[in-house]
Amino acid sequence: MESEQEQEAGALGMASGSVLRGLPTGADGTSIEALGLNAYYGQKQVLREVSMKIRGGCVTAVIGPSGCGKSTFIRCLNRMHELGAGARVTGRVALDGQDIYAPTVDPALLRRRVGMVFQEPNPFPTMNIRDNVLSGLAMTGRLAAGQADEIVERSLRAAALWEEVRDKLKEPGLGLSGGQQQRLCIARALAVEPDVLLMDEPCSALDPIATARIEELIHTLAGKFTIVIVTHNMQQAARVSHDTAFFLGGALVELAPTNRLFTSPRDSRTEDYITGKFG
Amino acid sequence: MQRRHTDSAFEAELSELCERLVLMAERAAVMVETSVSALVARDTVQARQTLALDARVNRDELELDEMCLLLLAKRQPMASDLRLIAVVLKLVTDIERIADLAKNVAERVLDLNAEPPVREMEDVAQMCALVLEIYRESIAAFATLDVVKARTVIERDDEIDAAYHTLFRSMLLQMVSDTATVERGIHVQSVVKYLERIGDHATNLAEHVIFVAEGLDVRHRGLASQEGGSDGQ
Ligand SMILES: Nc1ncnc2c1ncn2[C@@H]1O[C@H](COP(=O)(O)OP(=O)(O)OP(=O)(O)O)[C@@H](O)[C@H]1O
Ligand SMILES: [Mg+2]
Repeated sequence: MESEQEQEAGALGMASGSVLRGLPTGADGTSIEALGLNAYYGQKQVLREVSMKIRGGCVTAVIGPSGCGKSTFIRCLNRMHELGAGARVTGRVALDGQDIYAPTVDPALLRRRVGMVFQEPNPFPTMNIRDNVLSGLAMTGRLAAGQADEIVERSLRAAALWEEVRDKLKEPGLGLSGGQQQRLCIARALAVEPDVLLMDEPCSALDPIATARIEELIHTLAGKFTIVIVTHNMQQAARVSHDTAFFLGGALVELAPTNRLFTSPRDSRTEDYITGKFG
Repeated sequence: MQRRHTDSAFEAELSELCERLVLMAERAAVMVETSVSALVARDTVQARQTLALDARVNRDELELDEMCLLLLAKRQPMASDLRLIAVVLKLVTDIERIADLAKNVAERVLDLNAEPPVREMEDVAQMCALVLEIYRESIAAFATLDVVKARTVIERDDEIDAAYHTLFRSMLLQMVSDTATVERGIHVQSVVKYLERIGDHATNLAEHVIFVAEGLDVRHRGLASQEGGSDGQ
């Protein structure tokens, strides 16, 4: 599987040019590996024996019908799933080979390495733009005096928002448009210098132009971070990711280079889903 | 491929696209058939009728291209749907060329009818029957996405090539031995070349059937080498 992922092959296995080269990869990015991962809400099992490798420095898209466990899966990658009442996880998730469920791991520190951006932009309502960006650092007590301005600018630039907000950093985050708010949330996630960015349908509340901005942003972040993005928009998955994982009923059905998965999936269930033959 | 699209309108649009392509392909087949029958019968009227059919095939090409563009824009197809539409865009070109070649055959009928009859015409008719049989097999392979049939078509292109070389050579010998036959001999050689090229387009059709059905590109590789193909697993 991995060798195929690295081939970046399209259906024909021979394409070259910008459509294949478009997305940078960062060979030294943090890889993630799930091994026999199971997740439960009380008695209800929602992930079944998920084993997959997420390549470091690459963008991996997670697709699948509603309720198949996409959100649960990425919430297991930064130990957010277990925060729910009665929620449980078994199996292994390794970040660069280190088990994140080992007893010695501090979940709060882990979540700093593995940031999350949600479907609805959720800037802190009482905070201005600047404080929103710094909130992650402030909470974990890592904000050294004198660094703040630099971090705010760097994070907002990385989130492609700096030019739009540089003159109104003291205004409330909620005063921004939805797309700007989502980029503010990405800036907030980037401020703590994570290795991995998890995104759960980050564009589903945004209009096409705001969506294009986020997708462009993902392109610029690809290679610098390991990104896992859940999306219901297959064209979006096809555009922004190196690899795509298709989930069904809590199980991983197929993980393949995106260029291949959307042109020639191997599993007939993947084919049925992406061609719209379900239900 | 048995499962249907949840969106039945999309399902209907795709079937219509396939049916329209098959219709266009059959129209081109009829042109090949009538052009050669006009050739054998030395029938100028039938030759002119063949020429007239070309306009309809050209219209098919434009309409099918437009259907493909609209489907791409409206449906943003994936996987086998995407492969199908991409392939139809190419096949309309192949089929349009087949119709053009049939037209070229019909044009030669007009020239040949100004000359004395040619002895080899029965062999030309036989070669045409072979080409048509294989071309219609490739259409059937497309209509049912039958990869076994498609592979047979690809293999049988050698039969067409053999017939072409035999006829080409016997015309050449004829022309050398009797220079009075050179003009008609060259016309007949052109006709068999057109038929041979029709066979090549039928092969393209069959190769594309395999791509739609299996996502496997067998062009320029030959059927034998496909195991070592794109991405092993
Ligand atoms: N808090 C919860 N308590 C109980 N069951 C839950 C809870 N959250 C999710 N589930 C169930 O777990 C399964 C997986 O949910 P999950 O949110 O991971 O799916 P998803 O693939 O992200 O779906 P969607 O595309 O709708 O966001 C679903 O059957 C869902 O009903
Ligand atoms: Mg979800």
